[in-house]
Amino acid sequence: MNLSDFITVWQHYPSILEGFMNTLVFILIAGSVSLLLGILLTPLLMSNRVFIGRSASFYCECMRCTPFLLLVYLIYFGLPSGGIQLSNWVSGIVALIIYNTAYMAIILKGAWKDLPHDTIEAGRAFGFHGFGLLRRIIMPPVLLRATPMIGNQMIQIVKDSAFLGIIAVTELTAAINAIQSTYFIPFASFLSAVLMYWVICLAIELLTNLFTRYAEVRRA
Amino acid sequence: MNAYDYWSILQGAFATVGVSLVGIVIGIPLGLGLALVRWARIPVARQLAFVYVSIIRSCPAVTLILLVYFGLPQFGISLSPLLAALISLSVTAAAFNCEIWRAALLAFDRQQYDAALAFGMPRRMRVMRIVLPQVWQSSLPGLVNEMTMLVKSSPAIAVIGMVEITRAAQRVGARTYDPLPPLLVGLCLYVAIIFLLVRLQRRLERNVQGQEAAV
Repeated sequence: MNLSDFITVWQHYPSILEGFMNTLVFILIAGSVSLLLGILLTPLLMSNRVFIGRSASFYCECMRCTPFLLLVYLIYFGLPSGGIQLSNWVSGIVALIIYNTAYMAIILKGAWKDLPHDTIEAGRAFGFHGFGLLRRIIMPPVLLRATPMIGNQMIQIVKDSAFLGIIAVTELTAAINAIQSTYFIPFASFLSAVLMYWVICLAIELLTNLFTRYAEVRRA
Repeated sequence: MNAYDYWSILQGAFATVGVSLVGIVIGIPLGLGLALVRWARIPVARQLAFVYVSIIRSCPAVTLILLVYFGLPQFGISLSPLLAALISLSVTAAAFNCEIWRAALLAFDRQQYDAALAFGMPRRMRVMRIVLPQVWQSSLPGLVNEMTMLVKSSPAIAVIGMVEITRAAQRVGARTYDPLPPLLVGLCLYVAIIFLLVRLQRRLERNVQGQEAAV
């Protein structure tokens, strides 16, 4: 391995950039949608009705016990047996969203449980109920409190998105793999990929820290 | 699916558990070493440990294993898929374990260390007799949790041809032209393994809490 390997890799920056952008798009879509769905799922997890609470937590526990790649295979290879055929891109996005919604809901549930009960009761007394109560009273402090954990989950989404290369989605790892198998320079190519993932995760950590500081200012 | 198909997926489960177990067993002392380096504030090594942990923690399992399996032979180190899988899982486990140990070391009551210092214990003895036995107990649940994470990221080793649960299930599916049943069998195996690990973790957590209450 020497410097020229790295130069060869980076001569193909259009395809690397494409993979990088695809990875970013995956993270943005999957991250925001699963956070939103997680927000909607959390009240079901906290529900007093046994059936709703049980089935929501059953879903979350199932996702917690499943490796991401197996879920991708189930959706991409398994669902066609049931007559549902999704393209590799759609399966990838759907898998990321289904998987991470459960984790987001678990995280938010944890923060919700720490929330003092008085706040919710005060909100009720002021006439908030249902979705309004969730949106105006419960979720703002819960989200601010859960920011660091949500950031960690975003990093988990980055790491999971690399599995999608296996079903031929051209994200960062797949793009790099194509270059390395053409020129036989595996070390330089994969090292570049690892460093680029590192940059993405550092950026996420930075954003999380900014939000946490904002949350502390708001709370004070 | 016939009996042999079930058996081959079960064999995959042994591979998954075995590889993750070896990964964590190698990763625990390595992680402890890294955490101690950062705890003791050894000048350059401390920054290196920080960068190592930061990079590996943000590196996807698939990318890391491809780097190890295809990249190392460029330096004349040729690896079998099994060895490459073990190396990459231990490297990951070491980075995550470092954080767990470090959290436990930071929570460790510094006064006890100073007391040992006052009794004139040599450095090695202070760490081995005073710090480690207590830190070990409080970080045990975290280490089991790490094992769960490792089992969940282990399908990445299927990429380089190791036959574990996911790949075994996929091979059965390719043979029977019906991928859904073997994948569901694989899912059940993962759920069973991880469920047991989570139970173990909860029990250990309760033990730790019980001891803290007793003190």
